[in-house]
Amino acid sequence: MDTLHTINKSPHERNSCETCLRLAEPGNSILFIEDGVYGALKNTAYAAALTAAAKGFALYVLAPDLSARGFKQSDLIDGIKTVDYDGFVDLAISHKRVQAWL
Amino acid sequence: MAEQGQVKKFLYINRKAPHGTIYALESLEVVLIAAAFDQDVSLAFVDDGVYQLKKNQDTQTIGSKNFSPAYNALGDYDIKKIYVEKESLEARGLKIGDLLDLKYEDDDYAEKDSIQVVESAALKKIIAEQDVLLNF
Repeated sequence: MDTLHTINKSPHERNSCETCLRLAEPGNSILFIEDGVYGALKNTAYAAALTAAAKGFALYVLAPDLSARGFKQSDLIDGIKTVDYDGFVDLAISHKRVQAWL
Repeated sequence: MAEQGQVKKFLYINRKAPHGTIYALESLEVVLIAAAFDQDVSLAFVDDGVYQLKKNQDTQTIGSKNFSPAYNALGDYDIKKIYVEKESLEARGLKIGDLLDLKYEDDDYAEKDSIQVVESAALKKIIAEQDVLLNF
């Protein structure tokens, strides 16, 4: 596998999600963690961009960070999977490199 | 980390403006340290990170260190690949002429430009060639 991107900031506060979508290669994986999970939700100003991107990338959300913020799997844009901490580790080791967008 | 004698490709991705936070200075210091270990180091400037390379920075009146002249030393540390994302530069109304004129000496002691302005399509390929990505 190629690159795993992690996003830990809300798209409403920072442009890291936008820049990640611009610089990730098709087929890459993107994992939303911490405040990044707000970017993976339905019905936001960023949902359209991410829905379009969902076709080109494998998208994941760290479930503990999602539930900590009062959201659940069904609040996510269709096609985004949730992973637990073990799943995060599996993603990190199954990719060649990790790009942690700040 | 690299095994002994093994050269890895390191890309430092800089996305923050220079004086409002400490990221830019910290990145520069880490880059100069890492360069001493004979690794294949390159730098990318994306989003507000492009402001780090702006010419004519003068911090006298804000009482903080102007570290911008230190970018001129990168060539002496054998750092020859400095990528600036074209889209980020244009979004901020900047041109390559607004940036520091960074040079390195090739094997024949000829001065060459270190900065390459690259489109995002090219930069994503550069990212995909790296062993280690470090973000500031």
